[in-house]
Amino acid sequence: MNPVEQAVVWLNDPLNWTNPGGVLDRLGEHLSMSALAVLLGCLVAWPIGLWLGHSGRGGGLVLLVSNVTLAIPTLALLTILPLTFLGFGRPAVVVALAVFAVPPLLANAYTGVRQADPEARDAARGMGLSGGQVLRRVELPLAVPYLAAGFRTAAVQVVATAALASFVNGGGLGQIIRAGFGLDIAAGGGQIIAGGVLVAGLALLVEGLLAVVERVVTPRPLRRVRRRANRRATAATTGG
Amino acid sequence: MSLHLSYRADPGNPWFSWQYVRDNSDTILAALREHTWLTARAVVIAALVALPLAVLAYWFRSLSAPILAVTGVLYTVPSLALFAFLAPYLGIGAITVLTVVALYALLVIVRNALAGLTQVPPEVREAAEGMGYGRWGRLLRIELPLALPGILTGVRLATVSTVALVTVGVVVGRGGLGQLIFAGFQNNFYKAQIMTGTVLCVLLALVLDLVLAGVGRLLTPWLRGRSAR
Repeated sequence: MNPVEQAVVWLNDPLNWTNPGGVLDRLGEHLSMSALAVLLGCLVAWPIGLWLGHSGRGGGLVLLVSNVTLAIPTLALLTILPLTFLGFGRPAVVVALAVFAVPPLLANAYTGVRQADPEARDAARGMGLSGGQVLRRVELPLAVPYLAAGFRTAAVQVVATAALASFVNGGGLGQIIRAGFGLDIAAGGGQIIAGGVLVAGLALLVEGLLAVVERVVTPRPLRRVRRRANRRATAATTGG
Repeated sequence: MSLHLSYRADPGNPWFSWQYVRDNSDTILAALREHTWLTARAVVIAALVALPLAVLAYWFRSLSAPILAVTGVLYTVPSLALFAFLAPYLGIGAITVLTVVALYALLVIVRNALAGLTQVPPEVREAAEGMGYGRWGRLLRIELPLALPGILTGVRLATVSTVALVTVGVVVGRGGLGQLIFAGFQNNFYKAQIMTGTVLCVLLALVLDLVLAGVGRLLTPWLRGRSAR
């Protein structure tokens, strides 16, 4: 029996789904820690990104954050954070994942506010709105498509990265793959591939769902702008 | 100095220790060498495959949408899942790590190279055509040099993320510096070992990035002049 057939058999065994530590348990862990991490990332990155965009400073900082986090291995954060005051267990894993959610959230919040039409901003100021009001009533609504795009990127990234939490026994679907590797390739090959299918499937599903969400939360007038922007981007990539 | 430090307040587990680095320099250097070697091979292979793909997508517009779609979907697949798909076939070892990290690097380079190629102004292309350049001449003499900044950006991004990604190779026992980090975690959470692995990893990414930036400056002297003016 080749590994793919083994994987099909593994996935078709109901006990592999319902056992303690089975697929359903792991899926729950995976989703809950990803959700917490994205939430934490939003709470940190959005206010900072919106404020930096509003004040027009800190573009360099945004770039620095994304460059530095690109170079830090996930494995390093996952192993270092439990040894700090966070302690072992869920909080350390969630914080480690949140670190990787920050760059896309921050960069998109920043760009979203920056790209707001300066004339709209001037008009709002002329109407007597204060700085905070301009941010809340003009720049923030105009930035929504960007916030949604950043949210989608961050969420997909976190769901993908959460598979690595299994290295430090942090739970999640990655645990199934790790357990398969623990069994040795010949015996665990099917389980390894089955785990891979689950992890990859979840990431693609989240990506697809959030693409729909992104479309829905974009206000209709902006949707046209976005579509035009997309079309322009496609035209550019196809050289038309 | 180290003696002095070793009997002070915290006896066991400092975040950094020269003692550890000295005593284990062989292991550390071997891990660093493996990491660098894996990264270099992965990026070179990825670039060699990615450039022709980008050129194909650029020449035949109908190919560019499928190529971008496939690379986009592949990029969404988590690295651990890719390891899971390939390990049963490629076995436990360096070749699996190399394939996975090269695939991710490939995606990054294809996208940036294609972006660079499509940014070549149409006037330039038409002028080259008018001067009698054929498809290949135009590509080699005009379009690729003009796309070089985009290609180099892709290679740099791919290199930095490959350095970080190689650590995931611990799942098949070949994670380079990741092996150090992971062993430190399993060795009763030996902080000095984890930290040494991490710092070397980040430094390696930084050094390679700077080297590539330098190479980029040497390869595109015309950009330097423009930015100085």
